Amino acid sequence: MTTEIILQAVATGLMMGLIYALIAAGLSLIFGLMDIVNFAHGEHLMLSMFSSFWLWSLFGLDPIFSIPITILLMALCGVLTHYFLIRYILKAKMLIQICATFGLSIFIRSIAQFLWTPDFRNIDKPLLEGRLEISGIFIGQPQLFASLVCLVAFVLLYLFVTKTETGLALQATAQDRHAAEILGIPSDKMFAIGWAIGLGCVGVAGGMMANYFFIFTDVGINFALFAFVAVALGGFGSIIGCLYAGIIIGLVESLGGLLIDPSFKLLYVFAIYLLVVIFRPQGLFGRY
Amino acid sequence: MDKLLTAKSEPLWNTDKRIIFLISGLIVLLFALPHFGLNSFYLHLMIMIFMHAVMAQSWNVIAGFSGQISLGHGAFFGIGAYATSFLYVQYGISPWIGIFVGIILSGFAAILIGIPMLRLSGHYFAIATLLIGISFQIIFQRWEWVGAASGVWVPMTSGDSWFALQFHSSKMPYYYIFLVFFIITFFLVWILSRSKLGYRLRAVRDDPQAALSLCINVSNYKIIAYVISAMIMAPMGSLFAQYILIIDPDRVFNIEISIIVLLITVLGGIGNVWGPIVGAAILIPISEYSRIYLGGTGGAVDLILYGLILMLICIFRPEGLISFFPKNILERKKQR
Repeated sequence: MTTEIILQAVATGLMMGLIYALIAAGLSLIFGLMDIVNFAHGEHLMLSMFSSFWLWSLFGLDPIFSIPITILLMALCGVLTHYFLIRYILKAKMLIQICATFGLSIFIRSIAQFLWTPDFRNIDKPLLEGRLEISGIFIGQPQLFASLVCLVAFVLLYLFVTKTETGLALQATAQDRHAAEILGIPSDKMFAIGWAIGLGCVGVAGGMMANYFFIFTDVGINFALFAFVAVALGGFGSIIGCLYAGIIIGLVESLGGLLIDPSFKLLYVFAIYLLVVIFRPQGLFGRY
Repeated sequence: MDKLLTAKSEPLWNTDKRIIFLISGLIVLLFALPHFGLNSFYLHLMIMIFMHAVMAQSWNVIAGFSGQISLGHGAFFGIGAYATSFLYVQYGISPWIGIFVGIILSGFAAILIGIPMLRLSGHYFAIATLLIGISFQIIFQRWEWVGAASGVWVPMTSGDSWFALQFHSSKMPYYYIFLVFFIITFFLVWILSRSKLGYRLRAVRDDPQAALSLCINVSNYKIIAYVISAMIMAPMGSLFAQYILIIDPDRVFNIEISIIVLLITVLGGIGNVWGPIVGAAILIPISEYSRIYLGGTGGAVDLILYGLILMLICIFRPEGLISFFPKNILERKKQR
């Protein structure tokens, strides 16, 4: 076990971590805004990867260029999800909310399996290929690019939520939707915007990952689980917490896989979740 | 302090006469049913309905009565399945004893999981159980001692055997075994729902703060409900293992098990003793028939239906299909 191998694992973990962070940020935004956990988050990620794949396969658009289209499609998907499902269960019991988004996840996944079969696909000869070597560490170019794009998207998201008027309105709705409504912020519209942005984040992550990841109908499950962990770890509704949490998860996954046993990668991440929710239920960076 | 809690348990016979007739009629009918010359497909269908009704009933205890949403209930199913098969294959212990071992192991697992986890609220508990359910699958996939990913293959006996709980000539014995478990579970849960324990669990579900102020130890009651629920789930895993005779982690710890119990209960009516039965009686035939007529296409048509039904029920009928039934008949008789 040399330092190089460990550094290699750290680099891989960091790059995956940034992607986890962006996916988790989308989940956290929706969770913080309306107190609903989107159990279909992984399926939305899968949809965005497929969108990227079909744009490449049907129109020959490289994932790098089709990213804006994927983001728009996912934002549209978020708005539709809000208007056709979430709107009706806003006032329902938590149990019903969980069941509804769980139902959505089963529905999307099985429709995808029905339409596109469970085959594994990947994008052949994307523009970004190959790897860089930096003092003995190999970094895949598409991976590096994806994580940088995710980081940029993350910063933009953070600036949007904290600096713009719409972002502040979102925060106001998250804190107290009735008070916000009295001040003239339409909560229904804010929820739709929240879903659009939340799934837009997923669109960025999915679109970029389509470059180098296998694309299949069950791909989202693990990412969604990691996003749940990241949201709990980062703290309820804290977007910046998601960034740290995502990186921690990425590092634990790759270092745990390297140092202990790679076949139990998922368990290390789950263990973090259990430890955090038991000993620090507000998360590491939670505002409560 | 206990005298403060004046919720009285209701005896079962304090029920509308029509319901009592309905239940006794149903029991007689179900016992007589195999003698009307059902072929083995219909026997299989009925067995699956019984099995899923009990599984959903188990989930109903934790989610419906005490309000904690467990998304990893398949873990207890798997523990039950592994307990019987493993004991029989390795040590030749009769599955009948294995069933009880499975129940006890599940109860212990529920205590171990429940003590730390049930302090969590709502979403966090749901996600934690989801992760635990998947962890069980991962661990059993890699656990050499219990056969890792290839699972446990129960050797076939040459003929029917009550000791080994294997019947090859007919599905009839399985039918009766599942039926008896189904009826026992129904009455157990019914008694539970009308006992003091049941009322306290519902108090915990509806308003934990108020329950706490009435000296109800909220976390203890949640754990009790979780353990009862796990103990109801385990024997179904055991019997299922005996029914199909091959178990592997991907089958008995599958997340689909956790999904389907949720779906059946929500469809039928959550928090209601009748809910899981109605749900299973509707959903299982849909699933089996859609698998027969559409299964060959490779698409997951039954899953599409599940997802759609679940969303529609959540939007339009959150109380489940049982809420179409007049409530005053199902509930106990009015106090005069």
